[in-house]
This record gives sequence, structure tokens and C-alpha cells, in this order.
Amino acid sequence: MKLQVIVTLKKDVLDPQGSAIKSSLSNMGFKNIESLRQGKTFEIIVKEKDEKVALSKAKDMCEKLLANLTIEDYSVKAIKEWKPASLFFLALIVIAMSKSPLKNLA
Amino acid sequence: MVWHADAKLPKSDLVVLPGGFSYGDYLRCGSIASKSRIMKEVTAHSKKGGLVMGVCNGFQVLVESQLLPGVLIRNINLKFICKNITVKVTNNKTNFTSKTSRNSVLEIPIAHNEGNYFASKDLIDELEDNNQIVLQYCDAAGNITEQCNPNGSIKNIAGIVNKKGNVFGLMPHPERASDELLGGMDGSLIFKSLK
Repeated sequence: MKLQVIVTLKKDVLDPQGSAIKSSLSNMGFKNIESLRQGKTFEIIVKEKDEKVALSKAKDMCEKLLANLTIEDYSVKAIKEWKPASLFFLALIVIAMSKSPLKNLA
Repeated sequence: MVWHADAKLPKSDLVVLPGGFSYGDYLRCGSIASKSRIMKEVTAHSKKGGLVMGVCNGFQVLVESQLLPGVLIRNINLKFICKNITVKVTNNKTNFTSKTSRNSVLEIPIAHNEGNYFASKDLIDELEDNNQIVLQYCDAAGNITEQCNPNGSIKNIAGIVNKKGNVFGLMPHPERASDELLGGMDGSLIFKSLK
């Protein structure tokens, strides 16, 4: 299962890198940027099928290493990926349903 | 000298975590080193009251290990700063500053990218109430001003101790000001203070 972890600075922590990027973008002509904060993302692939278990492992990783909770917040989510094989079976089901006499019941 | 992958800490009066850029400062400065094998022993040593001192990256490792409170973030001007600065000894009653006079000014070099000490307001209040702030950036006359704060640290904090007073972290490098050949002796007072 693929997980995405996003680590961002807490609101009250200064982000000089974010400010420098924001002013550079403004100088390039990207106006009207109200605020820009820099963060980190991690893509983690775990050998785990149960989403709940995988997410709780990722949270544990955040609290123990990936984020420093004094200055950072984190969020975790599972990324669903459609593999070609599953897309093929999904297509088969849709075709089967469209040809099924039961479709009028829906 | 103890290697990061070692499992045992030999009997020690003092553990020093030196400066450097452990693991290239990946993830956050000091974060990966704080999880190295030997750090369990260093933590155990400190819990028993053993002395621990972290200089520069060593200080960053100590905050990431939660042996010291707060965190060190990127210098406010985003620059690596390498120069001699002056710090005021705010607390000379620690194991690490007993040979200095209170409010004396020491000239010691700094060399860091992430020396901007940050902590919540509550934590800063707690540090002040417990006299845990040991060194603060100041001018040559000992005034603690914004102009002489090189990196943006809250309250010009350059060094702190834990509540028990046996763990000390500082961004300046006293070992680089411990011989006349190096241009100064002020840093040696820190080492002479160790009992």
C-alpha cells in the first residue's frame, strides 16, 4: 500500500524559506500570493493490506521521526492506485452490467 | 571516541556530542543522529545524572533526542554564519559555567545554518523561571539586542541546560576558543568549569 505523508510547519513558526520563495515568485510576476509555506512530502510503500493498520504505522513514523512535533504538523493518507489489471476487470463488470437484463431494475 | 553504531558507552564523566553535519542534515538537522544506536546509552547516562554537552550539531541532536527542550531551525537570514560572536553568561551556576562570572561576556565562534532556537511561549517562560537559559547572544558590552542576534533565536538564546542541569547544549564552539593559537581563550572557561 502506498502512503503519502505531508509535514508542514505549524502556523506560529516562522518559515524564512517559504518567505524567500514567496518573494521570488512575486518578483517573477506571480502577484497576489497571500502566503506561502514550505513543507515536505514522503511517499512510503508498506507491505500491508489493511489501510487502518498502514495509516497507524505511518502516524507512528511521523511522531517518532518524520515530524518534529514542537514545530511541525503532519497528515497521512493512503493513495489508491488503479492497476491495469483491476481497470480491466472493472471494465468487464461495467460491460456485463450494461448487457444484463437486471440493468433496468436500477 | 565512541562510534554512533556502538551499543555501549564506556564509563564516562562527561559525554560530548561534537559539531558537524551528521547525516548531511537530512530530514532535519540532528534528527537521524538522534536515533542512532549509541543515543540510547547517552539518554540512559543523562537520566542517571551524568553530564552531557552538545556543541552546534551536538545541540541539535540533543533537542531532537528530547534531552533538551525546544528546537533549532534555519537561521532567519537563510545564511550559513561563520564568525566570532559574543555571548553573555546568564547563568553561571551550572556544571558548565561555574568558572565564569555571571553576566560576563565570552567571545566564541559560531558556524551554523540552523541555530535559530525556537520554543513555544510557555516553554520559554519555563526556561526563564528555572534559569535554564545559560548563554545569550549580546554585543561586546553585554547588551542583549536584536542587532547582535545572529540567527533569529528567541530571547537571543545561544545555550541552555535541562531542568536537572546536567545536559547542556550550545551553538557556539567553545573548543575553537580554547587556546591562544586559535585566537582566544574564552571557550576554555566552559571546560574548566566541568567538575
